[in-house]
Amino acid sequence: MTFEASARVESVPPSGIRRFFELAEEYDDIISLGVGEPDFAPPWAARDAAIASLERGQTSYTANRGKRELREAIAAHAADAYDLSYDPDEEVLVTTGVSEGIDLAYRAFLDPGDAVAVAQPCYISYIPGATFAGAEVVDVPTRAADEFTLTRAALERSGAADAEMLVLCYPNNPTGATMTREELEPVAKFAREHDLLVLSDEVYADLTYEHEHASIATLPGMGERTVVFNGFSKAYAMTGLRLGYAMGPPEAITAMNRIHQYTMLSAPTTAQHAAIEALETCEGAVTEMAAQYDRRRQFVLSRFEEMGVDCFPASGAFYAFPECPWDDGDAFAEALLEDQRVAVVPGSVFGAGGEGNLRVSYATGLGQLREAMNRIEAFLS
Amino acid sequence: MSSREEILALLRDNARYTTDDLARMTDTDEATVEETVAALEEEGVIKGYQAIVDYSKLEPEPVRAAVELNVTLDRETGYDDIAQRLAKFPEVKGLRLVSGDFDFALEVEGDSMSEVSRFISEKVAPVPEITQTVTHYVMESYKEHGVEFGDGHDDDRLSVSP
Ligand SMILES: Cc1ncc(COP(=O)(O)O)c(C=O)c1O
Repeated sequence: MTFEASARVESVPPSGIRRFFELAEEYDDIISLGVGEPDFAPPWAARDAAIASLERGQTSYTANRGKRELREAIAAHAADAYDLSYDPDEEVLVTTGVSEGIDLAYRAFLDPGDAVAVAQPCYISYIPGATFAGAEVVDVPTRAADEFTLTRAALERSGAADAEMLVLCYPNNPTGATMTREELEPVAKFAREHDLLVLSDEVYADLTYEHEHASIATLPGMGERTVVFNGFSKAYAMTGLRLGYAMGPPEAITAMNRIHQYTMLSAPTTAQHAAIEALETCEGAVTEMAAQYDRRRQFVLSRFEEMGVDCFPASGAFYAFPECPWDDGDAFAEALLEDQRVAVVPGSVFGAGGEGNLRVSYATGLGQLREAMNRIEAFLS
Repeated sequence: MSSREEILALLRDNARYTTDDLARMTDTDEATVEETVAALEEEGVIKGYQAIVDYSKLEPEPVRAAVELNVTLDRETGYDDIAQRLAKFPEVKGLRLVSGDFDFALEVEGDSMSEVSRFISEKVAPVPEITQTVTHYVMESYKEHGVEFGDGHDDDRLSVSP
C-alpha cells in the first residue's frame, strides 16, 4: 500500500512560482518585486471588527452561503460599484477566497473531457484547477500587441469556439491589463455565439486606474452565462483572511454551493465579520491604497520607458509586464536575482503568451521600488 | 485629482520625495513639479517642511504640554489679538482656536517641566484676557502627524508569490 498520486495530480507540474521563491529565499538582502499580494495591512476598522467578533466568541460556522448580512453588503457593493444586480439569497456565495470559488465552478459545471478556454497569461491556478476537474484546457494566448486584452481574433485562432467554458481575468495578474466595456463586447458576442459559460475573475476590479472597471456580466445576454468572482484579498489587503465570493444565476450558485456545503461548510467566520465592516466603512481606505498603487505604477512605467525597456501601459492590479530584454526570461530573472538581488517573476510561469515578459509587482513602498529600478537599470547597462 | 492636488497630497505624505519622484508618480515633468511647488509655497498653502521626530528617542527629551486656555473678549480685543500675542513666543509650537469647553488649544515645548510651568505662569497666565489655563503634560506619544510610533506592520509576506 503506497500513496501514489493520482494520474490527475501527476499530470500537474509543481508551480513555477515555487521554484523562484526557493531561489529568492537563498538571499536575505533582496528587494522583491515578485510578490502577488498587497504590502498594506487591511484597513484597521476591518481588523478591529474581526477582533471584536473573536472577543464575543462568534466563531461558529455560518450559513453555507455565508452570513446574510455579508451577502447583502456584497450585493449592494456590486450594484453600486459595478452596476451588477444579484440577489443576496440566491445569487451570492461567500467562498474561502476566489481560489475556492473558481475550483467550485470547475467542478460544478465541467464533465471529464469538457474543454475550458483560458485567456493567458493568467493566474497560476486556472489551468491546474481545470485539470483537477478532469477537463481539457484550450490555451488562449493574448499578446503585447493587443496590450494583453482578449480579442475575438485570439479566441478564434485558439479554437475556443469548441470549448464549454471561457475563463478570463481583468484587471489581470500577471499583465496588469484591463479591458473597457467596448473591448469586452466582442468577447461577449463570441461567448453568446458559441454558447460558452464564462468565469470572470474580477478580484482586482477596484484597482483599475485608467477607466471604470467593466464587468462582462453587465453586457447584454451575459448575466445568465457568467459567474463573477471577487474577494477581499487585493483591494482590502486581506489575503491571509481567505475570503472571496461568487455571483451568478441562482442555478449556478446552487450547484457550486452543493460542493461547498460538503467540502467547506462555510467560509472563515472571523474573516466574514471583517468583510462586513470592510464593505460598510472602508471604501476610503481602498481608494487611498489604490491611489498609492497608481502613483507607483506611473513611477515604474516611466522608469522602464527611460531605460528603453518596452512596457505596455499596464492599467490595473499592481503589476507591470515589461518585455524581457533577453530571449530567455527565466535566465534573465535568475541572473537579475544573483547579480542585483532583485526578484521579478518570468512570464513563462503564467502560461501561454507570457514567455517573453517579466512580471514586476509594485506592491512595495516607493523607496524600495526606486532602489530596485536603479538596480535593474544597472544590470541592463 | 489635478496634478496640483496630487503633488500636495504626495508632499503631505512624504515631504522628501524628490522632484524626479513626484514627476514620475504624477506623470508630469520636473519643471511642472517645480513650478507647482513654488506656487504652493508662494500662495502660503505650504508653510514649511519638518521632520516627524519621536521625542522619547532624544537625549535629553524635550517636554511638551497641551494647554487649554479660556479667555474673555472685550470691545478692543478679539481672538486674533490674543492669538497673535501668544504665537510670537518661540515656546509655543501650536495654537488653535477650538470649539467646546475652552477657547484656545496651545502646544508648548521646553527643556524641562519647570521651564514649561514657568512659561505658562509667567508669560501666558498674566495676559489680561486669559481667565484660566489647564496644563496637560505629554507623557507618551503614540502617533504624530499621521505616523504611528509603534513597531508598525511587519512585512511577513513570502518573497515571491502568485
Ligand atoms: C487573478 C487572481 N485571482 C485569484 C487570486 C486568489 O485570490 P484569493 O486570495 O481570493 O483566493 C489571485 C491571487 O493572487 C489572483 O491574482
